Amino acid sequence: MSTDHHKESIWTKYIFSTDHKIIGLQYGFTSLVWLLVGFTLMMIMRYQLAYPGNPVPIVGNLLGEGGIIPPEMYNSLGAMHGTIMIFLGVVPLAFGAFGNYFLPLQIGTIDMAFPKLNAASYWMYFVGSIVMIVGFFVPGGAANSGWTSYPPLSVTATMGQTVWLLGMVFLITSSLLGSVNILVTVIQLRAKGMTWMRLPIFVWTQFITAFLLLLAFPPLEAASVLQLMDRLVGTSFFMPSGLVVSGVVQNYTGGGSPLLWQHLFWFLAHPEVYVLILPAFGIITEVIANNTRKPIWGYKAMVYAMVFLGFMSFIVWAHHMYITGMGTSIGAFFQTTTMIISIPSVVILTTLFLSLWGGSIRFNTPMLFALGFIPMFGIGGLTGLPLGLAAADIHLHDTYYVIGHFHYIVAPGTIFALFAGIYYWFPKITGKRTNETLGKLHFFFSFIFMNGVFMPMFVQGLAGVSRRLWDGGEIYAHAADVLYLNEVMSISAWLLGLAQIFFIVNMIISLRGKKTGETNPWGATTIDWTDTTSPPLGHGNFETVPTVYRGPYEYSVPGADKDFTPQSEKG
Amino acid sequence: MDIPYTVKDRPDTGLYNGKLGIWLFLASEVMLFGGLFSAYVFLRTGAESWPTGADILNVPLATLNTLFLITSSVTMVMSWASLKLKEFDKFKLYAGLTLLLAASFLVVKYFEYTAKFHHGLFPSTNNFLGIYFTLTGLHVIHIIGGMIVIFFFWMPGAKMWESDPDRFTNRIEIVGLYWHFVDLVWIFLFPVLYLL
Amino acid sequence: MADLTPEEIKHHVKTYVIVFVVLAFFTIVTVAISYLDLGVGASVALALGVASIKGALVASYFMHLIDEKITIYWTLIVTVAMFLILMFLPLGNMLAQTKI
Repeated sequence: MSTDHHKESIWTKYIFSTDHKIIGLQYGFTSLVWLLVGFTLMMIMRYQLAYPGNPVPIVGNLLGEGGIIPPEMYNSLGAMHGTIMIFLGVVPLAFGAFGNYFLPLQIGTIDMAFPKLNAASYWMYFVGSIVMIVGFFVPGGAANSGWTSYPPLSVTATMGQTVWLLGMVFLITSSLLGSVNILVTVIQLRAKGMTWMRLPIFVWTQFITAFLLLLAFPPLEAASVLQLMDRLVGTSFFMPSGLVVSGVVQNYTGGGSPLLWQHLFWFLAHPEVYVLILPAFGIITEVIANNTRKPIWGYKAMVYAMVFLGFMSFIVWAHHMYITGMGTSIGAFFQTTTMIISIPSVVILTTLFLSLWGGSIRFNTPMLFALGFIPMFGIGGLTGLPLGLAAADIHLHDTYYVIGHFHYIVAPGTIFALFAGIYYWFPKITGKRTNETLGKLHFFFSFIFMNGVFMPMFVQGLAGVSRRLWDGGEIYAHAADVLYLNEVMSISAWLLGLAQIFFIVNMIISLRGKKTGETNPWGATTIDWTDTTSPPLGHGNFETVPTVYRGPYEYSVPGADKDFTPQSEKG
Repeated sequence: MDIPYTVKDRPDTGLYNGKLGIWLFLASEVMLFGGLFSAYVFLRTGAESWPTGADILNVPLATLNTLFLITSSVTMVMSWASLKLKEFDKFKLYAGLTLLLAASFLVVKYFEYTAKFHHGLFPSTNNFLGIYFTLTGLHVIHIIGGMIVIFFFWMPGAKMWESDPDRFTNRIEIVGLYWHFVDLVWIFLFPVLYLL
Repeated sequence: MADLTPEEIKHHVKTYVIVFVVLAFFTIVTVAISYLDLGVGASVALALGVASIKGALVASYFMHLIDEKITIYWTLIVTVAMFLILMFLPLGNMLAQTKI
């Protein structure tokens, strides 16, 4: 990487840029668009759930006869909603966007270790996401066997499933390249004085997330290859002998195991959920430390808890498979590891909560989202406990209780954290401020309607309403008493969608606003705020690369002249 | 400002960036082939019957292939050692030999596969053949990928030896690590598929 | 690796040749063993054992793992742990499956 500035065209400067900040923004914009797409799919589904038998307005005729979404199409919308939100939305935003943009700034270096690889990983993601969407336009429509793609259903499904598998191969490759980059950058490129125990928690979370992605994704890639072979070449890795579909004996060699897919899939997909939450923990920690004007309580406890969480996440996966007929001893093993893994989560949430004690709390928009995160993640985590206990899971598996549980963690959990991060770092990226009023309105309405959408799901789940039902459970007698909640949830979902307009408008008017000239408006201690300009310089980030002298959250140091002491400040 | 430690080692880790990067990538590859090996173990243990590899596959040819790959690993590391000794011509020789041995591996594999198809043995015939073709197929893809990169450094990329010999030497070391890994995978594939 | 003297490299080269001979030898050994009828357990153990020795030699000497830094060791230890989990837990799960 030489510093002679060759003539930059729009292609090299912006489109195929190797600068981590541009790539971070590319990930950011792309993933926000996909989040909106995924959300829209769900808003469409929720119409049918609220008013089964009524034609869906506007898009209904595209989806089915007379505007009613048929079961296969409903399942397509559902499978793609999950796939898009997780793999095209949240992870690229949390890891690809925030990680790429801020990690090098926070550790005091000029770019990621492998800038060209970084660009390659973004474009792999972009191509993979296009491939995923192509699924909607092939005969038979997009994948409709759940984001979990369980065989035999997925193997016998229409072309869209093949497209899904191919899309996953691109997305997994993108993720692997990104992980290698983050890991090498953190290990090799930390500035002088930036020891491991002086790293901001945000960096720790990105680091651990990268390890999870590195080691957990490849078995899913292997499994995707095997499923592609089953679909395209007629192998029977996942196809059992004597399979009968709709009364017709299927023409497969047999001898395969659907459970094999479940093992390989969940080997990734469980660590994946920690990939979804860890960057959120990191962002929330930055925002809380900054807006309480005091150090994080229990930095070391938090780091050790997160590392432990990372390791444990690899040995709990079969709690997604309790009802597959596994023996009691192996069920007990996974139940034990699942109960143990709840401990580090509690430690982390407790350190965040205790960090508020005695703080000079500033209730700005990022802090509101961070404060909202804590109880919402608490609810999500606690509702995971009955699911992690095999006996209770017999009743709750594949019901709306599960959907409520994981959405509480990801939606008013991670997504709130990501909003907090956007509002917090907006001044660093642009040199401008967001509108606080719009931000607060965004928060309050989102908070209310998030709960409106997801709290009733626990009630429906306990009543036994299954997930992935195209009519919301209308035909089941056991669902009758709780069916009215479908309308409540759907209206909340649409209002939640409307509430995002506050965010979109805020972004637009703030981007068009004037630069404030402040480099550190929040008075933050980490070097992404202190030694860089706002926005940070083009290639190179720093006028002079900083040296680090102290920990990341030295707020309100007794005897200091200001209520924050930057990491790079000597003495 | 340049990105540090692209050629020189970082003092506390003792590594340059590319070396750490390739080892991490290889870690993910261990998990990729691990996923397929795990599938093999799972399917075979759960199967009512499973053929013996030697009854269906050609052990002598595969033994020859094993020797081809082991030798190519030696020539690969020798090509790196030649660069350390500043003997560029020897590098070219050894890298060329590596490519030749790799190509020989592919030729043997071609004959193996076509012979199977000729006898009506396809991946869909049974799970043993399914996992055989998948495992060796993925391995072949990795060999081809490695050959492309080695060829690049053997021919057009060799220019870097003139401008930045240390960096070029490191790149060959990194390619070598990948190539040895591909050999390592075969060292396990061979007995598992052919001999058990 | 950046600071090896020519003498050290030449010493390494000698090692490479020795390792190559040993690898070739073990290849023949493992093929020969496969012709013996030893029962499932012993066959698997021997085949994987020999493969592990060969693999260890390739890793230690061709990949220079024997001289490598602790960061690399840690990466590999974690990876091997995950690999073993992936190998044995699904299998254990299947063997313990409730038979209907």
